[in-house]
Amino acid sequence: MASAFSAAKFSAQPFPLNHTSTTSHDSSIVFAKPTSLFLGSTRKLRLTSSSKFNLSRRSGTVDAVSDVVKQKKSKSSPSLLITKEEGLELYEDLVLGRAFEDMCAQMYYRGKMFGFVHLYNGQEAVSTGFIKLLKQQDSVVSTYRDHVHALSKGVPARAVMSELFGKTTGCCRGQGGSMHMFSREHNVLGGFAFIGEGIPIATGAAFTSKYKREVLKEADCDHVTLAFFGDGTCNNGQFFECLNMAALWKLPIVFVVENNLWAIGMSHLRATSDPQIYKKGPAFGMPGIHVDGMDVLKVREVAKEAIGRARRGEGPTLVECETYRFRGHSLADPDELRDPAEKAHYAARDPITALKKYLIENSLASEAELKTIEKKIDEVVEDAVEFADESPVPARSQLLENVFADPKGFGIGPDGRYRCEDPKFTEGTAHV
Amino acid sequence: MLGVVRQKMLGQSLPKIRPVVSVLRSYSSAAKQMTVRDALNSALDEEMSADPKVFLMGEEVGEYQGAYKISKGLLEKYGPERVRDTPITEAGFAGIGVGAAYYGLKPVVEFMTFNFSMQAIDHIINSAAKSNYMSAGQMSVPIVFRGPNGAAAGVGAQHSQCYAAWYASCPGLKVLTPYSSEDARGLLKAAIRDPDPVVFLENELLYGESFPVSDEVLDSSFCLPIGKAKIERVGRDVTITAFSRMVGHALKAAEILEKDGIDAEVINLRSIRPLDRSTINASVRKTNRLITVEEGFPQHGVGAEICASVVEESFAYLDAPVERIAGADIPMPYAANLERIAVPQVEDIVRAAKRACYRSVPLAAAA
Repeated sequence: MASAFSAAKFSAQPFPLNHTSTTSHDSSIVFAKPTSLFLGSTRKLRLTSSSKFNLSRRSGTVDAVSDVVKQKKSKSSPSLLITKEEGLELYEDLVLGRAFEDMCAQMYYRGKMFGFVHLYNGQEAVSTGFIKLLKQQDSVVSTYRDHVHALSKGVPARAVMSELFGKTTGCCRGQGGSMHMFSREHNVLGGFAFIGEGIPIATGAAFTSKYKREVLKEADCDHVTLAFFGDGTCNNGQFFECLNMAALWKLPIVFVVENNLWAIGMSHLRATSDPQIYKKGPAFGMPGIHVDGMDVLKVREVAKEAIGRARRGEGPTLVECETYRFRGHSLADPDELRDPAEKAHYAARDPITALKKYLIENSLASEAELKTIEKKIDEVVEDAVEFADESPVPARSQLLENVFADPKGFGIGPDGRYRCEDPKFTEGTAHV
Repeated sequence: MLGVVRQKMLGQSLPKIRPVVSVLRSYSSAAKQMTVRDALNSALDEEMSADPKVFLMGEEVGEYQGAYKISKGLLEKYGPERVRDTPITEAGFAGIGVGAAYYGLKPVVEFMTFNFSMQAIDHIINSAAKSNYMSAGQMSVPIVFRGPNGAAAGVGAQHSQCYAAWYASCPGLKVLTPYSSEDARGLLKAAIRDPDPVVFLENELLYGESFPVSDEVLDSSFCLPIGKAKIERVGRDVTITAFSRMVGHALKAAEILEKDGIDAEVINLRSIRPLDRSTINASVRKTNRLITVEEGFPQHGVGAEICASVVEESFAYLDAPVERIAGADIPMPYAANLERIAVPQVEDIVRAAKRACYRSVPLAAAA
């Protein structure tokens, strides 16, 4: 079978509750073969044998220690998942995301940043795993937890930090803020504060890509769109509307669910009738995949396949990444409802530590090289803060700018120029 | 030219006025007649053929030929890629339209009626209207949201609301309300070419009405400016502003008023946002009296904004209190007689104009 999603590659075995064995590996993939009309594989990861879920922690899914190492040992093939360059690139991106967000927290408590700030600590593997596989023209649509998505896509740390400080040198000249990171150059489409709002937008961007190829005849247009959103969004109507339309029109999009189990203080298990989100993909006619979102290499493997599918025109994919945010929902969230044991469980599966271990144990990089990267990132982040600090605030005249692309409102004439600039333009009304 | 004809007629006897009524609405052979439906259809057709990035999306726009037959024939001409029938997912497809517009396509999103746009209002306001500002000019959204707005005939409360005031209060949107076929053609073409989000409020009861159109209007590059009102009837004594279907009522009221010697100036607003305050104020400075007419709910309506604008800018010129006529402050009833009195009628406009000119005892216009 052409698709790399072959069952043989990964084994999916049902887990007993709270198991401690380390033999089988955990990134079970649930998928539907793209060619079949009726979808949904029955080979599912069984989280528990009963339908009852422990409210405070997920049980029986994955172990505390990184499974990449175990997987490596259990597979007979000696091939590595990444090359040295790729490994270092991934490591640098993970560390950039983490260092940047930590610096945001510091700056917030010092009063340099204000409003709503939602940090991404702990979820870096999802952003790095997916976005580092994209080209510049591919688009990323995110939610309010968008700093790291913008950074992974290539928006300079300086621009993001200035935007957070509300300075005119920010990527949106200080007019967007933490929750609205837009970059035309890097095709980052926000930044949407309303959950679920970005999903139709992402579907529209994918629609444009297909339209350009089929109607406007730009034959090589194979741009893919990634839509990132959380577990809470998966109960929202817009999510289902877009799953339907994306599968109906076979749009080049990947729906990436960052399931961190919590929507502010509402546990996913309390809010959702069927918490296994990946199952909702096959209901609409697309593959649904569940992957360990704390492991950047596993995410990357799944991402390669999903993005490849979209690029080849085979349609959308729904990927559920099991991940966790180490901090509260936002910097204003006291984070009292989450069980410390759950937090500790996931803290032990920190994606950065996991990748570091993998790189060192497979001799892809030395401690010194990784330390150099960390130091470099520290400098980048400090430089970003300095730059943002020294940047000017927006001028008062900026207040009324950019409400419209065509402010006079007279529209565009047949010659393509604004009519209000045409000196011969008069009342313009035809006389009957 | 019409004004000149009318002044000549003033001195003549009553029965002679009748031909003037028909002259207003249709010439015998001088100009072509076109329904608003055909005007919209031809505008869409021409814009879609001129620019391959324009596409139409909505419920029943394709195979059904349009819920109100506005997009008749377009599916056969342009294919299902460009005339997209959607599932019943207003929020979803409005958002898809905005996402496509971010990337340079020019979607025309049709809502079967604007009442259904409330399901998608998050995308109209939050992603379309505000994006150019939030991204500091990086993401402009050249999208048109169009569909019938306001009361129809006996469709009940949930299908009869007028959304002009709601959308026009939001910065970042342009809101257009055509009346005649000329308006429909010119404004829709301007809206499709415009790089900003436009809410295009049509009216179902106007779709079948015919208006005369000149050759200039039929030209494929005909466009009307967004943000300029049209003075449908020049007058001296009182200014009546109206938009969409109410323009027809205002014109009829003006004819009736003329018999009583009141020469009303009727302004067809055409554009609610940006509102053509200069034309309105110039007119009030000439006539010194103002009546605003709209179909929607009275509180926080379009008339409220116009009255405030005139009081702020032309207070010294007013000879009478400004008055706004709006729909009744109730959800639209179903019974035909109640529905009739829940929307402004020609008599209401006539009475209000007479009040403004101190020609009648100022009783509240009872139902």
